[in-house]
Amino acid sequence: MGHQVADIPDVTSAQGAGGAPPAIECRGITKRFGHVLANDAVDLVVRRGSIHGVIGENGAGKSTLMAILHGFYPMDAGEIRVDGRPVTIRDSADAIRLGIEMVHQHFMLVEPFRVIENIMLGAEGGMLLAGGEAAARASLARLGRDYGLVVDPDARIGDLPVGARQRVEILKALHRGAEILILDEPTGVLTPQEADDLFRVLRALRDEGKAVILITHKLREVMAVTDRVSVMRGGKMVAHRETAKTSAAELGELMIGRRPAAAARPAPATPGPELLSVQDLRVRDGAGVERVRGVSLALHAGEILGIAGVAGNGQTELLEALSGMRRAESGTIRLRGEVLPPCDAAAMRGRGVAHVPEDRLRHGLVADFPAQDTAILGYHGDPMWRRVLGLISNRAVEAHAAGLMATHDVRPAAPRLRSSLFSGGNQQKLIMGRELERAPDVLLVGQPTRGVDIGGIEAIHRRLRAWRDAGKAVLMVSVELDEILALSDRILVMFDGRIVGELPAGADERQLGLLMAGAHA
Amino acid sequence: MEAALDLIVPILAATLRVATPLILAALAGLFAERSGVVDVGLEGKMLAGAFAAAATAAVTGDVWLGLGAAILASSALALLHAFACVTLRGSQVVSGMAINVLAAGLTATLALAWFRQGGQTPALPPDGRFQPIALPGAQWIAEVPLLGRLVVGVLGGHTAPVYLALLLVPLAAFVLWRTRFGLRLRACGEAPGAVDAAGVSVAKLRYAGVMIAGLLCGTAGATISTAQGAAFSTDMTAGRGFIALAALILANWKPWPVLWTCLLFGLLDAVAIRLQGVPVPGLGVPFPVQAVQALPYILTVILLAGFVGRAVAPRAVGIPYVKER
Repeated sequence: MGHQVADIPDVTSAQGAGGAPPAIECRGITKRFGHVLANDAVDLVVRRGSIHGVIGENGAGKSTLMAILHGFYPMDAGEIRVDGRPVTIRDSADAIRLGIEMVHQHFMLVEPFRVIENIMLGAEGGMLLAGGEAAARASLARLGRDYGLVVDPDARIGDLPVGARQRVEILKALHRGAEILILDEPTGVLTPQEADDLFRVLRALRDEGKAVILITHKLREVMAVTDRVSVMRGGKMVAHRETAKTSAAELGELMIGRRPAAAARPAPATPGPELLSVQDLRVRDGAGVERVRGVSLALHAGEILGIAGVAGNGQTELLEALSGMRRAESGTIRLRGEVLPPCDAAAMRGRGVAHVPEDRLRHGLVADFPAQDTAILGYHGDPMWRRVLGLISNRAVEAHAAGLMATHDVRPAAPRLRSSLFSGGNQQKLIMGRELERAPDVLLVGQPTRGVDIGGIEAIHRRLRAWRDAGKAVLMVSVELDEILALSDRILVMFDGRIVGELPAGADERQLGLLMAGAHA
Repeated sequence: MEAALDLIVPILAATLRVATPLILAALAGLFAERSGVVDVGLEGKMLAGAFAAAATAAVTGDVWLGLGAAILASSALALLHAFACVTLRGSQVVSGMAINVLAAGLTATLALAWFRQGGQTPALPPDGRFQPIALPGAQWIAEVPLLGRLVVGVLGGHTAPVYLALLLVPLAAFVLWRTRFGLRLRACGEAPGAVDAAGVSVAKLRYAGVMIAGLLCGTAGATISTAQGAAFSTDMTAGRGFIALAALILANWKPWPVLWTCLLFGLLDAVAIRLQGVPVPGLGVPFPVQAVQALPYILTVILLAGFVGRAVAPRAVGIPYVKER
């Protein structure tokens, strides 16, 4: 493993500088899921008394690495040392014993329980709760004083706001004796004010000599709070940096990497009149967090408007609000100049706004239905296949599906085959075909080629361009830079629920990457 | 006054008697469901317990061996349930119903094959049954006017399982709310992910919950065949497992309310028995006892529909735990 250390000079200097062994040291961590190499010989060294950022795009392997450290699943190869000693982490209990604690993105709290019960769970201090409770209360009071983590021990978790719940998670970890604290995207659910409070706590923990690992894709946070930062890309650790000696621009580039130039794109069609427009749209997600924070945009006939951004910056909720799946908190949506009343998904489709959802398997099709039923989902009321008493004629549906499969090149052209048995690309072509058959003026499409093979990507891209060339409007949300660059006539970049920039077609990839990483400020 | 006591005392004593298997079975369901495993197999486990107790007691003449056999039989079914629900992550309702069907068929068949009395076990000798226990100091308490007679008449002279059931209620409350095991078990029924993240095994806790249910259901079954009855007969649990489930829901999955709802259902049953064959005044037709017997189910439906209070089940109940990501 020696040569790997030599490859990354920062790692060796990290060891040499302090004298004391690092809090945690990972060498050659490898984890494979089926054919996917989620972690490929990953090295990571985190010192005591430091906040260490681990950044990377979605799917870069950050979460896998942290799950291994926390004992969520075992690694296939590699070595982990804690305070210089080699250790084996088989499960969460092992990790906890070693002082490795994790604050999960989705809190691991028992909602009907009180704060004190959540703190004690797993560290009760004896068979009877009465004995450990006094100690837990004392520890809670002390931790509250030391780190400014104040929570009412008798409040029910279900009654607490998100910020307070996160404080409970951190208190739980500290009560169990955390020396190495991992936080997975901790600010995703927080208001900026709450995030500032969190950073204050993290700095206090660092000054106490604890090791804090912050997983995030927000460069601004990394620059603001970390001491060192490691960048992951495609399952590999690509760089280690001292935060003071790097910049958001460099990190953004490391995170995104150099991509092959986008394929030559045909000249954009001339945009026509405005079809869909949005003013100051605000949308909350299911947990009540404001995800879209005042977005305004306009979509014209004959253009593909690309919405770029790292996943989780409000694109999903924007798309849900436009398609009628989610009610917007405030703001107006205009269609062909008219202000729309609140519409559900059926009403939007009825007005000529079709939607190819981001999450194909959850919102686009019913996995266990035959393809022919997927092909009429949402349009099952069409008189074309309704017969006596409104019954649906399976024969008519099958004929329709067969036609649709031929037009849109869905393979195999087998209407009775279960939807889940088609490849991702063919599922997507089926769904897209279903929506395009309705000749919508506006097509909303999310992650059009997620999980689609190369050939499928080309076909779907061609279809979207053809739709644009036919004078229709396409609004596309994608986290794939290449896709955004290859298709969009105009690019809007979303970050933290807002549009942070607009770029023309053929924009500079680096500039786009920086905007996506929130480095505009 | 004396006349009123003559009417009330036997009904209240009967209430306690018929409520006993309900209390035991509902507490069984409480432990299983608090751990996150739905237990619609209470009925089947009780039935298996009732048969094992009566059969063993008939052969050995020992009621305690009968109780032991009941617990073994019921626990074997509980183990099957835990294996299907926790290890194999199967459907908990289907597994529970399968246990009910299995127990109904198996007990009837084995009774017929072993004893050849039309699906019954032989009538039990006195030593093969739980005998009434006199309340200590009953003579002196009975001296107290009215109240003394009420206390002795209602609480005195019951069999061991009755007192056991009454003691188990505070014990269950203590275990579930005051011990480490209880905290973890309840957490398992609400948020198994949190338990797992705390380094505690969800599977072990759920096995424990389901096995405790097996133990209690066995005891409930033995009560039916060797304390209330004196032999096993086919399908003798007669839906008590489902009544217990209704009581558990009505009690919002909490031990003390379980006691009250079981006593309420016991009272309805006792009244129904008392009214059997009694004509409705002025109509001359027999009283519709079935109407009273249906009340527990009607009450449960009303509660579940949200008319009275709110039934809040453990959040993760019925959902097999799978590590995410």
